[in-house]
Amino acid sequence: MKPQRKQRLIWIGALVIAVAFAAGLTLYALRANINLFYTPTQIAAGEAPLDREIRAGGMVVDGSVKRADDRLYVEFAVTDYQENVVISYDKILPDLFREGQGIVAIGRLNEEGKLVASQVLAKHDENYMPPEVADALAAAEQAKQAATANP
Amino acid sequence: MYFASFADFLSMQGHGIYVWASYALGLVLILANLLVPIWRTRRLRQRLQRRLQSTAAPAKELNS
Amino acid sequence: MKDTLLRWFHKWGSPKWFYDLSGRWMPWLAGLSLICLLVGSIWALAFAPMDYQQGNSFRIIYLHVPAAILAQSAYMLLAILGVITLVWRMKMTEILATACAPIGASMTFLALVTGSLWGVPTWGTWWIWDARLTSMLVLLFLYLGIMALQDAIRDPSSAARASAILAIVGVINIPIIKYSVEWWYTLHQPATFKLTEKPAMPMEMWLPLLMMLIGFYAFFAWSLLLRARHQVLIREQKTRWVTQLLDAKPATKSDPSESAKS
Repeated sequence: MKPQRKQRLIWIGALVIAVAFAAGLTLYALRANINLFYTPTQIAAGEAPLDREIRAGGMVVDGSVKRADDRLYVEFAVTDYQENVVISYDKILPDLFREGQGIVAIGRLNEEGKLVASQVLAKHDENYMPPEVADALAAAEQAKQAATANP
Repeated sequence: MYFASFADFLSMQGHGIYVWASYALGLVLILANLLVPIWRTRRLRQRLQRRLQSTAAPAKELNS
Repeated sequence: MKDTLLRWFHKWGSPKWFYDLSGRWMPWLAGLSLICLLVGSIWALAFAPMDYQQGNSFRIIYLHVPAAILAQSAYMLLAILGVITLVWRMKMTEILATACAPIGASMTFLALVTGSLWGVPTWGTWWIWDARLTSMLVLLFLYLGIMALQDAIRDPSSAARASAILAIVGVINIPIIKYSVEWWYTLHQPATFKLTEKPAMPMEMWLPLLMMLIGFYAFFAWSLLLRARHQVLIREQKTRWVTQLLDAKPATKSDPSESAKS
C-alpha cells in the first residue's frame, strides 16, 4: 500500500476509535436516563424516586388482576419473582395483557408504594409459535404436572 | 389458506388495518426504489441521445 | 492470489466494466427478488400461521425484520464504501455510495413504520423512547444527513468524501442498534435471527421469513445496480464508451426525411 493511502487509513481508524470512545462515554453517562427502569425489588427497597415518572416492569402475578365493575379501573401486581409491586391503571389495557405476561408500566409511585400508571405496555419475547403448538405445549406441561402430582 | 373466508383474510381478526397498511407501504417503497431509477435512466438516455444526434451531424460533416 | 485480488479491485474501479457486468446480473437479481417477494408475501399473509399471543398482527414481522436487517446491512456497505472512497479515491465506490443511501433510508423508514403499526396492537403504543427504537431513528437521520451532504456539494468527489466521513463516524450506531436489546431493558424483543442458535419459531413461520429476507437482499442489489447505472451514465456521459453505447441502441427513431436531405 502506498504510504499516503496507509496514512489515510490510519486517520480513519483513529476517527472511528475516537467516536466509539465518545459514544461509549456518553451512553455510560446517560445509562440511568436511558433506562429509567426499576424492578419490583428496587421499588420495594425504596430506590425509585417518588417525584418523577418511572418505568417499572415484570410479570403480571397470576390471580392478582382486580377490575372495577363500573369503570375501566384495574389493579394488578407485577413480580420479578423476588418482590411484588401493585400497579393501578384506568385506561384500556393492550391486547397482550394477561396474567403471566411481561409488562412495562409508565407512571408515578404514590406514598403507599403503589404505581399509578399513565401507560401500560405489553412486552413479548422473540419466541413466536402458532396457537395449536402453544396449546399442545400447555397440554403437555399439564400432563407432566399431573404425572408428578400423582405418581 | 389459513383463513376461512376472504372477509376473514381482509379483517385478520381486527388486525387487518395494521397488517395491510404495513404491506401497502412496503409495496410502495419497493416499487419506488425500482421504478424511479428506471425512469430516470430512461430519461437520461433519451436526453443524451438527442444531444449526441444534434452534435454528431456537424461533426461527421467536418470529418468527411 | 494477491494479483487476482488486485486485478479484481482495479476492474471494480472501471465504470464501463461495472456497467457491462451489472447489465448481465440484473435479470437474475430481478427474477430472484420478484419470485421471493411475491411467494414470500403471499405465504406470509395467507398461509403462515398466526402467533398464539399476537394473532395476525404477527404477520408484520415478515416485512419488519427483513427491512430492519437490510437497513443495517446497507449502512455497513455504505461505511465500507466510504473507507475505500477515502483511502483509494475510487470513482465506482463513490457512485455505489450515492446509490446505496436512499435505499437504506427507505428501508429504515419501512422498519420504523411497520414497527409502529405492529406496536399498536401488541405493545399498546406506537412509539416509546427505548434504546432500540431511538437508535433506529438515529440511523434514519444518519441516512438523511448522508443524502443531504451528497446532494449539497456540487463536485461529486468532494460530496462523496464528505458523506463518506459521516457514514464512517455513524457506523458506531450499528452495534448500538444490535446490542440495545441486550444492554438495556427495552420494550423491544430480542433478535429474531441469530446466527449461532436455531430459530425461535417453527419452520412454517420461519421459512416464509427466510424467503422474504432473500427477496429483500436481491431487491436491494437490484435497486442498487439500477441507481448506480444511472449515476455511471451521468458521470461518464462525455466518454467514448457511453457515446458508443447510446449510438448502438437508439431509443428515439431517427427521422427518415433528415437522412434523405443529407
